[in-house]
Amino acid sequence: MPDDKIIRLKIKRQDQPDTKPYWQEIELPHKPRANVISCLMDIQMNPVTRDGQKVTPVVWECNCLEEVCGSCTMVINGKVRQSCTALVDALPQPIVLEPMSKFPMVRDLQVDRTRMFENLKKVKAWVHIDGTYDIGEGPVIPEKQRAKAYLLSECMTCGCCLEACPQFTKDNDFMGASTFSQVRLFNMHPTGAMESEERLETIMGEGGIADCGNAQSCVEVCPKKIPLTESIAEVGGETTLQLLKNLLLK
Amino acid sequence: MRKQRPSYIVIGGGLAGLAATMKLCEDKAKVTLVSYQPVKRSHSVCAQGGINAAIDTKGEGDSPEMHFYDTVKGGDFLANQPLVRDMCHQAPAIIRLMDRLGVAFNRTPEGHLEFRRFGGTLYSRTAFAGATTGQQLLYALDEQVRRYEHDGQVKKLEWHEYLSAVLDSENICRGAVLHDLRTGEIFTVKGDAVVLATGGPSQVYGKTTGSTVCNGVATTSAYLQGAKYANGEFIQVHPTAIPGQDKLRLMSESARGEGGRIWVPKKANDSRDPLTIPEEERYYFLEENHPRFGNLVPRDVASREIHDVVYNKKLGVGGQAMVYLDLTHQSAGFLEHRLGGILDIYSKFTGEDPKKVPMKIFPAVHYSMGGIWTDYEDDGNGLIDHQSPRNQMTSIQGLYAAGECDYQFHGANRLGANSLLSCIYTGLMMGPGLISYSQNLRAHFEDVPSTVFDQARDQWQERMQGFRQMNGKENPYVLHQDMGNILLANVLIVRENSKLEKALTEINDLETRFKDVQCLDTTHWSNPAPSMIQQLHCQIQLAKIITRGALIRNEFRGAHYKPEFDLNQPKDFDPHEYVEYIEKKQYGEIQEEEFPSGHVAYMKRFEECNERWLKTTIAEHKNNQPEISFEEVNTSLVQPRPRKYD
Ligand SMILES: Cc1cc2nc3c(=O)[nH]c(=O)nc-3n(C[C@H](O)[C@H](O)[C@H](O)COP(=O)(O)OP(=O)(O)OC[C@H]3O[C@@H](n4cnc5c(N)ncnc54)[C@H](O)[C@@H]3O)c2cc1C
Ligand code: SF4
Ligand code: SF4
Ligand code: FES
Repeated sequence: MPDDKIIRLKIKRQDQPDTKPYWQEIELPHKPRANVISCLMDIQMNPVTRDGQKVTPVVWECNCLEEVCGSCTMVINGKVRQSCTALVDALPQPIVLEPMSKFPMVRDLQVDRTRMFENLKKVKAWVHIDGTYDIGEGPVIPEKQRAKAYLLSECMTCGCCLEACPQFTKDNDFMGASTFSQVRLFNMHPTGAMESEERLETIMGEGGIADCGNAQSCVEVCPKKIPLTESIAEVGGETTLQLLKNLLLK
Repeated sequence: MRKQRPSYIVIGGGLAGLAATMKLCEDKAKVTLVSYQPVKRSHSVCAQGGINAAIDTKGEGDSPEMHFYDTVKGGDFLANQPLVRDMCHQAPAIIRLMDRLGVAFNRTPEGHLEFRRFGGTLYSRTAFAGATTGQQLLYALDEQVRRYEHDGQVKKLEWHEYLSAVLDSENICRGAVLHDLRTGEIFTVKGDAVVLATGGPSQVYGKTTGSTVCNGVATTSAYLQGAKYANGEFIQVHPTAIPGQDKLRLMSESARGEGGRIWVPKKANDSRDPLTIPEEERYYFLEENHPRFGNLVPRDVASREIHDVVYNKKLGVGGQAMVYLDLTHQSAGFLEHRLGGILDIYSKFTGEDPKKVPMKIFPAVHYSMGGIWTDYEDDGNGLIDHQSPRNQMTSIQGLYAAGECDYQFHGANRLGANSLLSCIYTGLMMGPGLISYSQNLRAHFEDVPSTVFDQARDQWQERMQGFRQMNGKENPYVLHQDMGNILLANVLIVRENSKLEKALTEINDLETRFKDVQCLDTTHWSNPAPSMIQQLHCQIQLAKIITRGALIRNEFRGAHYKPEFDLNQPKDFDPHEYVEYIEKKQYGEIQEEEFPSGHVAYMKRFEECNERWLKTTIAEHKNNQPEISFEEVNTSLVQPRPRKYD
């Protein structure tokens, strides 16, 4: 049900990875409990700018609409965050929408985050099991430790932490906070820990944890409140130990 | 002997698709995994509440057989029993496997798996990982598949859309037509079999608890190619969702599992702060009407009760379509520990803290029990023969389906926490059958002339080009919304034939309007507009399947409620009477006096109704309309009987 208020949006658009970005201003009737995505959906139904020009609907990425899939990250009023939880009534207007800047551009508000998934491969972010046949329950795990792991396992690969990180740029190999936190998660699991040395070796190399400047911008923007600085500190400590071990055993 | 390893194309990387991929890789197969978006972002991440397995860690006397019984009963006996039974017997092994994969399931003080209660059962059989069980399960499978991808056994095609199966001259599926959502390129991939694991169709209704890609298009495309679609009219409406503009976000059943109480003020339009309304002025209608199950009656029952309170008794909160779901009597610490993330969702989207004020909720479209028809082979002992290539095969040879997109397991109504189970179960269970299917094929895709693939590709290129060139006056997104509204108004909780007829006419009108659609974007890079039109086209067909099925089925079963055909169960009826009645009938006529008054007449009505309607609805595409027929349900293990949740 629209009331008589309006919502003003300013959206940065780009047709192709190698074309120039441009801005569009769009006004919509206000609706209660609207969020940035419901606005983008309203634009699809009537894609017209403030000055009456008919345009193509905006291209963006979303899926779950409840902040668990990690799809809908964008820069909203200068801050990187999920757009599905960006409630219009809590935002000053015009609401400025931009794509993330640290990932290759696809189109409009959509970028390509393949690099994040590739990093998960590099650090073997999995528990290597013998097979799927029924050989009984997993290892006994104290509830406290489970709860700690759970916090980390909520990471939805949204990339907010990387967009905010001064060390993470388009042209370097820095793996970033989310990757280090996953290393911690899998090294914590009794079975996962069997490959912990390999994970540590990986993040001791190129683009690894040594490049982290400890600016802590990552933890401030994480929508899932993942204790990233804690992860970085802990994994950092583990790599130091690993380094010593390597020296002694050589 | 064929040198090549068996190879498969799996469409969809939710729980079902990932489980299938993992299992096939373990058997040394090669898999091409196709998905709209990175598989890690699939809809399965939304599941909050948990996954069922009767491990009976609390000495309640639970067992896989009880789980089986609850599931078929919950589904009003419309499910094929050997499959359900096999699933329930595999469930404990599935939970143990997921545990080994590192899922952060909640633990007991001793460090073992913790279980909680969910709707439709009296046992604690739901394992859960905080408030994001689906996310945690999906990530665990995603990680295993990433390992196989790392090792070169899996090739992922994310940002690709499945358009249809490639069928050879004998109508055997030999591959799939795909659409690269970035470049717009349309091409085919070849494989021994194609597995659809494409999830539910809830977006046909527009606003639902589902994710935006739950569109039901892939299975409808298979239907348009000749596959049977089954039980389409059985759509589950979840009793508790949070009203919203873009989505009706789910408030998990676990909120009731952890003590949540549903109520409305006894006085209509009571405008007082709910916390100030005294106990005796509150109407806890589920608890009053169902003293044994209380707030944990199955979803169809709860949705109907809420509908009744709001629309017939006119007691919705503030006169609106809402009721309270109240947790404020539980301690903040308890709620944080058991339901933290779930309650966060409510605060995030409404700005209110459910630990302090009762939540306002209303039913929303949630899950489809129906889906594409799939086969199975039982082992003669009431379980499934896991080696059979028939398991999970659609009516098109070589085209398989798994997960929410198939129609098995949940009958006329799904119990909470049984879907994650059926998704993982089907994905794993179908593996050996798929391998034996490949091994027994007389000719493989390598032997199929390349013209078969070229023609399929060319047809789709032409089709998509046609959509791109549509330049009418209708906005396809508006059409989609209108379609959703037709279904919401006429094919939801309470169904009447006059309204269903009306809906069919309206859908046909919509189909006419569809011809006048405008493609809002005609560029060639990362352009979702032509796909959206193709999806809408399929969804209109699906809307017809759902509505026609609902119209023809003149009975009340599970989620399909037609008051006109309610058999009016006597209040003092005990479902076991019916079992006795059936037994006695074998020895001759039953005397009225043997049962309480009116019961024999009711049981006769029930028996007749089952003879006519205890059947799977089959829709087949004929002359642009779904042609409906019926198929026997396998009820060989448990005698169907009236449901009662007192
Ligand atoms: C809010 C919510 C909460 C729920 N909570 C629970 C719960 O607690 N317990 C429970 O048991 N069940 C729950 N369910 C149900 C359960 O989540 C789903 O039934 C289940 O996750 C479906 O999994 P799936 O593997 O079949 O498909 P999905 O996870 O939906 O995945 C489908 C996949 O197919 C892909 N796809 C679809 N079409 C195409 C196409 N044409 N081309 C390419 N790719 C395609 C998608 O990209 C995606 O990867 C819940 C459902 C909802 C909506
Ligand atoms: S601490 Fe700073 S440098 Fe390190 S990952 Fe976080 S934001 Fe980047
Ligand atoms: S750590 Fe947080 S911000 Fe970074 S990807 Fe994960 S969820 Fe997103
Ligand atoms: S749409 Fe999934 S996180 Fe926003």
